[in-house]
Amino acid sequence: MSSTPQVLAAASGVLRRTRRPPWRRPLHGSEHAWAIAFVAPYAAVFVAFVVYPVAYGLWMASDLSLYRELIADPLYARTLVNTVLYVGFGVNVKLFLALLLSGFFMRRRWWIRALLPIYILPWALPAIPAFVSFHWMLIGEEGLVDSLLSALFGITGPLWLNDHWLALGSNIVAYVWKWMPFWTLTFFAARTAIPQEIYEAAAVDGAGVCRRFVHVVFPLLGNLYLVCTLLSTVWTIGDFTTVYLVSEGAPSYSTDVLATLGIHYAFDAARPALGVAAALSALPVLIPAVLLLMRVLHTREVQL
Amino acid sequence: MSTITAEARLASRTRVRTRSAGRLRRYLGHAGTAVLSLTLVVWSLLPIYNMVLISLEPEGDVFTDHIWPRVPSVESFWGVLTQGHWYLEHFWRQFANSLYIGAMVTFFALLFGSLTSFAIGRMRIRHGWLVSNAALLTYVIPASFLAIPFYRIMQNYGLADNPWSVIAALVAFATPYAIFVFQEYGRSIPIEVDESARIDGASPPQIYLRIYLPLMAPALVAVGTYALLLAWNEYLYQFLLLSSKSSMTVPVALAQFLSSDQSPWNYMMATAIIYAAPPVAIYYAFRRRMAAGLTMGGVKG
Repeated sequence: MSSTPQVLAAASGVLRRTRRPPWRRPLHGSEHAWAIAFVAPYAAVFVAFVVYPVAYGLWMASDLSLYRELIADPLYARTLVNTVLYVGFGVNVKLFLALLLSGFFMRRRWWIRALLPIYILPWALPAIPAFVSFHWMLIGEEGLVDSLLSALFGITGPLWLNDHWLALGSNIVAYVWKWMPFWTLTFFAARTAIPQEIYEAAAVDGAGVCRRFVHVVFPLLGNLYLVCTLLSTVWTIGDFTTVYLVSEGAPSYSTDVLATLGIHYAFDAARPALGVAAALSALPVLIPAVLLLMRVLHTREVQL
Repeated sequence: MSTITAEARLASRTRVRTRSAGRLRRYLGHAGTAVLSLTLVVWSLLPIYNMVLISLEPEGDVFTDHIWPRVPSVESFWGVLTQGHWYLEHFWRQFANSLYIGAMVTFFALLFGSLTSFAIGRMRIRHGWLVSNAALLTYVIPASFLAIPFYRIMQNYGLADNPWSVIAALVAFATPYAIFVFQEYGRSIPIEVDESARIDGASPPQIYLRIYLPLMAPALVAVGTYALLLAWNEYLYQFLLLSSKSSMTVPVALAQFLSSDQSPWNYMMATAIIYAAPPVAIYYAFRRRMAAGLTMGGVKG
């Protein structure tokens, strides 16, 4: 879910089977029964609340005429373009800036250390209050952004949420604001794991900041960066909250993405099957991303 | 003789020049750092400042464009805490709902996650990796795509407008992370501990309760914080599944403000700040442990 990126992480460990055999003798009798009893609660949750909804959704959206209807709907075409722009810009801008800033936070100055807790505040803040605040900041002349523009520079700011492009851009900015700190911390953690001697050796050999980034940091973090891009793409395609609260799809549904369009179809237009079909139409992108992700995670365990 | 002094003079002059160039570059570096730091502070704090600014406005004064509060007043905070506005008449009930859902999600994610990871990682149940991979798949299914079928199913189960429907969904989405972190962390605990207990005749539930859980305490704290924040942050499922005023949670009520034209914005922002305060506090309290959990999986992998 979009609000769970902490998760990144541990995903990598899973695919690796345990090296050391934990209980050395095979489980027998009562122990085997206990082991099954221990797994049973999660298995039940998984079947009842993951497998069943997935199957139910596939069944709801199995009617091919739904897809014909989607393709005929101009709103749907627009939504696809929005989703590509939102995910494409949102994920890449966020991750690239996060990678650069993680290097900035590696410096050992006291005020940079002091800055870090402030910088991660957007991540610590719950999404709903933050996005409600964004919405109100951009609402027009009364919003803080336009008030600041007129107070500091004497400019009359635009009505941000009344223009398709400005509203889409606002969604992307709010998204980057909320999630960049988390990914910065991830890259920061990865950078601290790189032995300091490598940097020093490169510096002694005369490599400047840029060359150290290109030849030392990027090759070492490249794989992690790829995993983060894939994972973040998958989550962002499913991101509902940002668009729903910041621009509310305004003006007139023109900034909707697939996740919000599905909900609009299902609950505002009372067409749940069409809503599921709209969401499922992202599968041709999602499935390759997931397969690639799993592959990369497999190879990563060899490399790192 | 004269050539040598000339060369020496030249050398010292270049040294002076490079030194001043180095100093200049260092000044520029400092200036760049300062500008970047300032930008980051403004960028991070602006939406938060906006919340504080609006919440400090006295009622009715919200529509004037200014960038600091003219007459700061904490009236709106008081109004929220005493449920003093008709928009807020269920505030404490809704806050309790959020808290209840958060606590239940945390409890069940920890319970199911630790039991499953114990069976897979320590007892090494046959086909355990299948369970891990199935859990991994839950990660990559966007929750918003499951929302519509989930809504239907909850009506079939008779759980419409019931907090347990939200708890079920969130437990299903939080437990995979718990399983992963516990399995990763469990690798650092020597298996001989379990084996000697087993030889002494301890049964699997005893080993789980007396040995596994106490040794896993740091991971339990990290995952518990994560699950609590997940539930506190979630919006879509709470919005779809909880409809009545007395069963809804604070974020749902907050977003309802947004859809009305004449909402009391200062009360809304005060509610937002009160709702945001606990997770921020928890977050800073457990920051180091959460970061440790992050590194644990992310970098070692």
